Amino acid sequence: MRRRTLILGAGATLAAGPLRAQGFAGLGETSETFAQPSPDTRLVFPGDHAPHPAFRIEWWYVTANLAAADGTPYGVQWTLFRSALAPDGPTDGWGNPQAWMGHAAVTSETRHLAAERLARGGIGQAGVTVDPFRAAIDDWALEGPSLTDVTMRAAGTDFSYDLRLAAQGPFVLQGDEGYSVKSASGQASHYYSQPFYRAEGTLRLPDGDVEVTGQAWLDREWSSQPLDEGQNGWDWFSLHLDGGEKLMGFRLRGTGPDFTAATWIAADGTPTPYPDGAFGAEPLETARVAGRDVPVVWRVTLPDHGLDVTVRALNPECWMPLAFPYWEGPFMVEGSHSGGGYLEMTGYE
Amino acid sequence: MIAAGLQALLSHWWRHPFQLVTLMLGLATATALWSGVQAINAEARASYDRAAQTLAGPARDTLARRDGEPIAQETYIALRRAGWAVSPLLEGRLDLDGTSLRIIGVDPFTLPAEDLPEELGQSGVDLSFLTPPGQLVVDQDTADRLEGTDLPPRITGRNVPPNAAYVDIGTAQRLLGRNGELSRLVVTGPSDLTAPPLEEVAPDLVREAPETGGGEIARLTDSFHLNLTAFGLLSFAVGLFIVRGAIGLAFEQRRPVFRTLRALGIGRGVLLGLLSAELLVLALIAGTLGVALGWLIATMLLPDVAATLRGLYGADVEGTLSLRPVWWLAGIAIAVLGTAIAAAGSLVQVARLPLLAPAQPRAWARASAATMRWQAVGAVLLAVTGLLVGWVGSGLVSSFLLLGSLLVAAALMLPIFLHAVLAGLARVTRGPLAEWFWADTRQQLPGLSLALMALLLALAANIGVGTMVQSFRLTFTGWLDQRLAAELYVTTETDAEGRRLQEFLAPRVDAVLPIRSADGEIAGRPVEFYGFAHDVIYTDHWPLIDQSPDVWTRVSSGQAVLVNEQLARRADLWPGDEIALPDGENVPVAGVYSDYGNPNAQAMIGLDRFDALFPGIPRRQFALRLDEGRVEKLTRALVTEFGLPPGNISDQASVKQFSLAIFERTFAVTSALNVLTLGVAGFAILTSLMTLATMRQPQLAPVWALGLTRARLARLELLRAALLAALTFVAALPVGLMLAWILLQVVNVEAFGWKLPLHFFPRDWLVLAGLSLLAALLAGLAPARRLVRMPPSDLLKVFANER
Repeated sequence: MRRRTLILGAGATLAAGPLRAQGFAGLGETSETFAQPSPDTRLVFPGDHAPHPAFRIEWWYVTANLAAADGTPYGVQWTLFRSALAPDGPTDGWGNPQAWMGHAAVTSETRHLAAERLARGGIGQAGVTVDPFRAAIDDWALEGPSLTDVTMRAAGTDFSYDLRLAAQGPFVLQGDEGYSVKSASGQASHYYSQPFYRAEGTLRLPDGDVEVTGQAWLDREWSSQPLDEGQNGWDWFSLHLDGGEKLMGFRLRGTGPDFTAATWIAADGTPTPYPDGAFGAEPLETARVAGRDVPVVWRVTLPDHGLDVTVRALNPECWMPLAFPYWEGPFMVEGSHSGGGYLEMTGYE
Repeated sequence: MIAAGLQALLSHWWRHPFQLVTLMLGLATATALWSGVQAINAEARASYDRAAQTLAGPARDTLARRDGEPIAQETYIALRRAGWAVSPLLEGRLDLDGTSLRIIGVDPFTLPAEDLPEELGQSGVDLSFLTPPGQLVVDQDTADRLEGTDLPPRITGRNVPPNAAYVDIGTAQRLLGRNGELSRLVVTGPSDLTAPPLEEVAPDLVREAPETGGGEIARLTDSFHLNLTAFGLLSFAVGLFIVRGAIGLAFEQRRPVFRTLRALGIGRGVLLGLLSAELLVLALIAGTLGVALGWLIATMLLPDVAATLRGLYGADVEGTLSLRPVWWLAGIAIAVLGTAIAAAGSLVQVARLPLLAPAQPRAWARASAATMRWQAVGAVLLAVTGLLVGWVGSGLVSSFLLLGSLLVAAALMLPIFLHAVLAGLARVTRGPLAEWFWADTRQQLPGLSLALMALLLALAANIGVGTMVQSFRLTFTGWLDQRLAAELYVTTETDAEGRRLQEFLAPRVDAVLPIRSADGEIAGRPVEFYGFAHDVIYTDHWPLIDQSPDVWTRVSSGQAVLVNEQLARRADLWPGDEIALPDGENVPVAGVYSDYGNPNAQAMIGLDRFDALFPGIPRRQFALRLDEGRVEKLTRALVTEFGLPPGNISDQASVKQFSLAIFERTFAVTSALNVLTLGVAGFAILTSLMTLATMRQPQLAPVWALGLTRARLARLELLRAALLAALTFVAALPVGLMLAWILLQVVNVEAFGWKLPLHFFPRDWLVLAGLSLLAALLAGLAPARRLVRMPPSDLLKVFANER
């Protein structure tokens, strides 16, 4: 699941709104007037790369684990969120009910630079088209002939990046044929990924430009109420293992017992989904970040594949100090397997 | 003991309720006029502040098109997509049955929360604000005014400027009928690292420093508010004369009581404390009453003030008053302060009261030669100080100081003047009755002098301000005739339409004169440049107040410029001086023209030179010369044949009418305050005469006993009142003219930037003289009637009581 979302809901608080009592950023609010995910839906590409405006929330979420020629590790995030203020409305003009939000960040061992954008649809400032593919907000864009071959650009006042992403494998359906369950009571979303991007390009940092190469992971997800009312945060992991396998796993925290799910993706892209309880994520160390204790070293396990690794954040200070603050950053993997990946944590007060 | 003392002191008011009423009324009116003016000023300033805080916050740069035209929405999108942190703004006015509503269209997605009305920032923007029909965030007043209109639903916001509505940008475009248009872009932060410079993305936009709209308005309107303040102060001073009179009388009459109390063992400090406490209580009560009255006055005057400020400066001021606690406190404080000033002299006298001196009441503040000498010295000192301040200082404040000190000096000189005149008259008349009459009048002078001084101030202010307004009106109407020489003024919607219009008009009118304007800078000051086509309309009519030879040939060929009087005076630029044009070239100033009613600096230059200086300026304004009889026909043709909206055509007559209407409203407030001041002065005379009448029995009884009838005595009383008023008017006339001269030659230059010639209006003076006589006669009527009806036994008692 991917998370985050932040723009939220009917009555969206666009500017520095407080976290809602229910769930993180309104994700736990009910939304009967919007379309609901169905296990019978079959995803079709490239059509499903496009927005699904009848659903309340949706995102195009890219994270990249990169390294400079001298091996210095970097992480990059590029995210476009869509949040519908109403299930229908005019497609063109200021009256369009689609709100868009962009988050971008660059992380090194010593720095974490982030920026945020807000826009509404209907006026050409933000949106997603499929042929040719373009997902953009202001000057930030993920665009190319198709989603398998895109450039990814974003900039803030103190950083920018320009990367080319070329998919080396297939799109991967998460959960049950792209229907991803998020709670014991059945909240779900439509969810697929492209974890096989080969990435290269340039980061512009306060110290100068850096040429980088590495791997990137795209998550596509849409829903109308992905969280149960009692859930208020999550820890989400994506792992690029050195053997070419990928692992997506998350843990949803709430008033009840934790809910976990995972997908093991073979090097050829064959997914194996795992139900609640198979995937384990246990905090080992916390760091004081932005005035709260956030776990930055984890033990992550998937016994079915003999996976038992320590996940260590590249930089504990990966706080995203935005309208809906959260932690997002790259990590290193050691243990039974090695590699890298990205971690997102929400709901740490 | 203290309680007994207090009771003894207060018993005076029981026995003289009329004195109490006088004191309270005097203090209340003084406070009322003062705090009324303060309330108006405070309300206006609060409105400017709120207007300044409007979106785009006071501290943000904006982007606007060089030519002032609307920005295309595509330009905004292009800037966003290039990485510029800008937020769109669409402002406009919506006409609503005669009034208009300022529409401020904002985009809550890109405008920082602190720039949005609180009500949007806090509750979160919701769908009903963003999507049709949208919502209007307005202040309570505007919400009430919009009741029943078919505009989108209203939400009340606390910090919304008056007469304005915040709406979503989409709603603004729909309401104003300006789809795809934006007025300005607010720069909300630094651009992205990769953003190209502005010239590459939107070459027709310029970045402008934060607009200090409210600050600018506040500066422009400062002079107007200072004028009001000066008037408030004058009214307050006039009111204080009444208070001083009442307090002085009350203290004088209680001298035996003070002496007795002191003799009974009440210490000086305790007595002074008791008296101060008594005055404080009276001041508090009267102050509260005065503030309430002032609120009433302000409520009645504010709509006029608001209309004036809108007409003159384009400043939006709310038409209703909100109650501010600070203002209540200030009003009551000024009442207490006024009482303290008025009572200081009397309290000092009580402190020095010799315990064993006879307790006989003298006529209070007996006119001794010494008192008069002191007054004369004071008057001269004041006048000299005033002149010095006016000569050395500059700016509006020192002009008003000069005015104030000269006025007070004149008031102080009044008793001396009256005394001299009465003495002269006494010398030239013969006969015992006449001699008694003059002597008795002089005897009464001290008691009446404070009231007469008040009358002098009021009359002088009336003459001065009246002369100023009338002179201004005369100059202004003459100037309008010169300046508005063209018969029709037409504006087109686009440049292309402008070209078509010129073709359309060519066979129909005597001349089509394009008018273009652009903002520029001269000597570091913002100046509005006007481009004009050479025509006899200018050479024959344009109101030049200073010029060099060949002025029109040189200016229309672009070798020289004309500047308006405001610019000439502020930057000291006169014919012969040189200025730098925006392209860096230096050209001489060839002439200066008067430009009344415009707060800004202006310069005129030939059209060709103007076009070279400011390329790309819209060409949409034209002045048309034609036979007056054909104006109506042509107006119809422009609307029906050419298709110009009627609102884009104005004829000379209606522009004049509109300008004069603004002018009249500007001075409506001044006139109202003038009348109030005169009323206060009339009241001062009435109270003085009434109190004097009660004390005059000992003086009248012997004359009555010698054979003069009560009716005859009463007639003489009336005659005396009229005579004193007439003499005061004679003294007030030169003072008023001096005031008018200072207002026209000094204050107007400081406040507005123009100097006006002084004209005399003797008919107005006659009316005013008649009014002051009438006031004096009315004031004298009540005491005279009482005298006529006084039982002879009362007059006889005087002899029985003779001590």
